[in-house]
Amino acid sequence: MTKTNESAPAKQAETRHIPGEEGVWVFIGGDLIIFAVFFITYAVARTQEPALFASSQAELNRGLGLANTLILLTSSWFVARAVAAARIGAPAARRNLCFAVALGVAFAVLKAVEYSEKIAAGFTLNSNNFFIYYYMFTGIHLLHVIVGLGVLLWTITRFDKGGKLRGNVSAVEGSGVFWHLVDLLWIILFALLYLV
Amino acid sequence: MPIISNRINIVWLLLIAATLLSFESGFLGNGHIVRALILILAFVKVLFVGREFMELRDAPLPLLWGFQIWAILVCGALIILCW
Repeated sequence: MTKTNESAPAKQAETRHIPGEEGVWVFIGGDLIIFAVFFITYAVARTQEPALFASSQAELNRGLGLANTLILLTSSWFVARAVAAARIGAPAARRNLCFAVALGVAFAVLKAVEYSEKIAAGFTLNSNNFFIYYYMFTGIHLLHVIVGLGVLLWTITRFDKGGKLRGNVSAVEGSGVFWHLVDLLWIILFALLYLV
Repeated sequence: MPIISNRINIVWLLLIAATLLSFESGFLGNGHIVRALILILAFVKVLFVGREFMELRDAPLPLLWGFQIWAILVCGALIILCW
């Protein structure tokens, strides 16, 4: 009985697994801290100019924000499916990654459309404090999207034409985890900049 | 594979439903409760993405709890500041 109780935590520790490379998680931890500072800085600035932030927020295209959120969530779903497929050596892994990349590109295109709409309407980086935060935070996030797309494209090259993974599955897990981070940060940005 | 995929599919459907719900909540006005509800929904989605898609639910406990505590603290701070 005692032996069973002692071995249970050890067994649990054995079954727990860090997805991807450990270094990816160091980067993700740092990114989460930096974005937490961004989110709180924005919320503090919002308390100082509530009317300006509310009127500026009303100028954003919520429909495009919603579309981009649905696109990134679905892209993340394809990546999660790709990781599950790669673990069992299913050729669907490569196909799912390709769908995820296509949706990531769609996100970037919609973001470009949104920026051009705002600029055409006269809302630029220098318009007011709200738009400084809007362009800075969504711009830094878009940079993450572009890096994430590069990482996913590199991961696709790890598969042969038959969809068989060359090398370790942790490379697929690591790039997947980064792409989910991109999704997760956008979920908060969408709520904070467009809805609240 | 089917079990894993079904779980992933259900999580995706929940995330889509929560996104549409938070978007619709915006039309209820901009009161304190609505703002708090939208932020709570956003961070519930964040927890789902982290636990399920990033597979933190099976990660070592310090990693899992580090992430979950981050989400709870940031959500709490934003609700207070946006109240």
